[in-house]
Amino acid sequence: MVAPVKTKDVEKDKRKVLLSITDLHVWFELRRFGFSNAGHVKAVDGVTFDVHQGETIAVVGESGCGKSSLMKTILALYKPTTGKVVFEDLDLAELDGKGLHTYHSLVGYVQQDPYGALPPFMNVRKILEEPLIVNGVKSKEERDQRIRKSMEEVKLTPVEDFLEKFPHMLSGGQQQRVVIARAMIMGPKFLVADEPVSMLDASVRVEILKLLRGLQETHNLSVIYITHDLSTVSYFSERIFVMYAGNLVEKANVRQVLDHPLHPYTMALLTGTSEPDARNAETFKELPPGEPPSLVNPPTGCRFHPRCSKAIQGLCEVKEPPDFEPEPGHLVACWLYQ
Amino acid sequence: MPQNNKLLRIEELVLHFNTTHGPVQAVDGVNFELASNRAVVILGESGCGKSSLAKAILRLLPRNAGKYSGRVYLDGRDVMLLTDEEFRQDIRWASISMVPQAAMNALNPVIRVGEQVAEPAIVHLGVDKKEALSLVRKMFQHVGVPDDFISRYPFELSGGMRQRVAIAMALVTSPILIILDEPTSALDVLTQANIFNVLKRLKKELGISFILITHDIATSSELADDVAIMYAGQIVEVSDAYRFFDKPLHPYSQKLMASVPRLHGTKEPEFITGRPPSLIDLPKGCRFADRCPARFEKCVEDPPVVEKDERKVKCWLYS
Repeated sequence: MVAPVKTKDVEKDKRKVLLSITDLHVWFELRRFGFSNAGHVKAVDGVTFDVHQGETIAVVGESGCGKSSLMKTILALYKPTTGKVVFEDLDLAELDGKGLHTYHSLVGYVQQDPYGALPPFMNVRKILEEPLIVNGVKSKEERDQRIRKSMEEVKLTPVEDFLEKFPHMLSGGQQQRVVIARAMIMGPKFLVADEPVSMLDASVRVEILKLLRGLQETHNLSVIYITHDLSTVSYFSERIFVMYAGNLVEKANVRQVLDHPLHPYTMALLTGTSEPDARNAETFKELPPGEPPSLVNPPTGCRFHPRCSKAIQGLCEVKEPPDFEPEPGHLVACWLYQ
Repeated sequence: MPQNNKLLRIEELVLHFNTTHGPVQAVDGVNFELASNRAVVILGESGCGKSSLAKAILRLLPRNAGKYSGRVYLDGRDVMLLTDEEFRQDIRWASISMVPQAAMNALNPVIRVGEQVAEPAIVHLGVDKKEALSLVRKMFQHVGVPDDFISRYPFELSGGMRQRVAIAMALVTSPILIILDEPTSALDVLTQANIFNVLKRLKKELGISFILITHDIATSSELADDVAIMYAGQIVEVSDAYRFFDKPLHPYSQKLMASVPRLHGTKEPEFITGRPPSLIDLPKGCRFADRCPARFEKCVEDPPVVEKDERKVKCWLYS
């Protein structure tokens, strides 16, 4: 396989690199009858990128493209099969129990389903207090202060009204605010948000995205925003990575991707995303046939070639495309741009 | 009086649920009509009574259903006057079928999908299994499920394929109207777009009418001929899709439209402050008044439905 080209970023070089991922592979072994090896699920297969301090990145892809595995590896919940994930100076593969503990206080995690992510038998105070206790904040007074402060930050005010409430007494938007407050309470440098608004109503969605952006700006946080919804991306991120079958196929600034997409898969995603317009009802959309491939036996060459209308015969199905850079800062893994 | 050119006409439909805290007024005086071979989208936030409206139309009432009244004319015949047994035989699935929310995850895991889709045909059309399966094959063709999937189990199908199977199940009895409750909310972008292609084709080829219930304004425009906006158990605006997506009338509709994130353009989406009122303790007067930027003195009284160029809006601003 072709070695992926390292992401080049013209403007961002000035900023400090916070997280650096090099040629990351996350494979899961399949076993038959519990012992013999029956192949691998190649969930993440050769991913390389850097995240700078204070940068927001959206990872866009359909379910089963490996974006959750990528996220969980960044959170040090999965170990990389090969490749490196380096956070500041910490190599995540080398962290021991104590190192992991420290690392987890530096990264926050906002889950997709707020109701599922909150323990039903704990009230808001207990939910927010637990990370503080685990991380050794001994003074009860300090804990109380930090809980109040982070609740004010996510606008769960007046604080007294919410402190003693249990998750089921809160609306979806309020539950998601509790999840965000919990992710923020240790003062992380880095936030991973996995589809934070997909379970919420349209009007609440915007509210939560604005809250996350506000937090990102005031704390100069780096954020990885994982989503399948391209329409919310432009309000939140600077760069978009498009993921397909374990690979990042396009990496560029938000406006570059939304206004001049280069990869045929990105184009298809944009075609599939609707804008409210009555004329939509009169036309059929042209979409790539088929479904995303199995990650056990992905297609050879470019993984999108069986569904691609622009595939070059004799090339796309044979050789995996490296990253090309047809315009500055716009990387695309597609042979059309060699 | 019911008009003949309308397929469905709903007048003052009410469905309340009894709880220990008092009646939940989920559907509270809903009026709208739907012409043949058209699709109406019912839009609103969660908890505004959209799904209860679907249940009220199909008389799928839970045990705690309270007040249930109004008139539902299907092809000029008031189906609310039918007994439960008549309704089951003539209306439910025979004339109006439904794809409930998360139907794709409700398929029976231990029965082959072909047999599951055939079941409504066997029950409602009285055909034998062989004939029913040939009907299933025809329906699978319409929704784009490969023929050999007929003998597969649900777990062998992807989410998009399962959703198509659920739609085929609603189609198999050749109804004239299908109610879709959030048909694509759990699906990926491309799968979602594919399903809407299927629905558009069904509408064109089979002349079916649709009621689409969703909170996703952007994708709803893929199917909508008409739009009805529901808020706190009532319909506050009815309009054709062209004029609605161009310029909604009701302040709530305007707010909803402004909350839709767009791919292009620089306009920031806005959110609607506050929350919809509880359906147990509804405010007097206009139910949106608390959250409305255009509120004035008159809004303490219940606004009338104003008809303006064949659009209807329940708001004092237009009277």
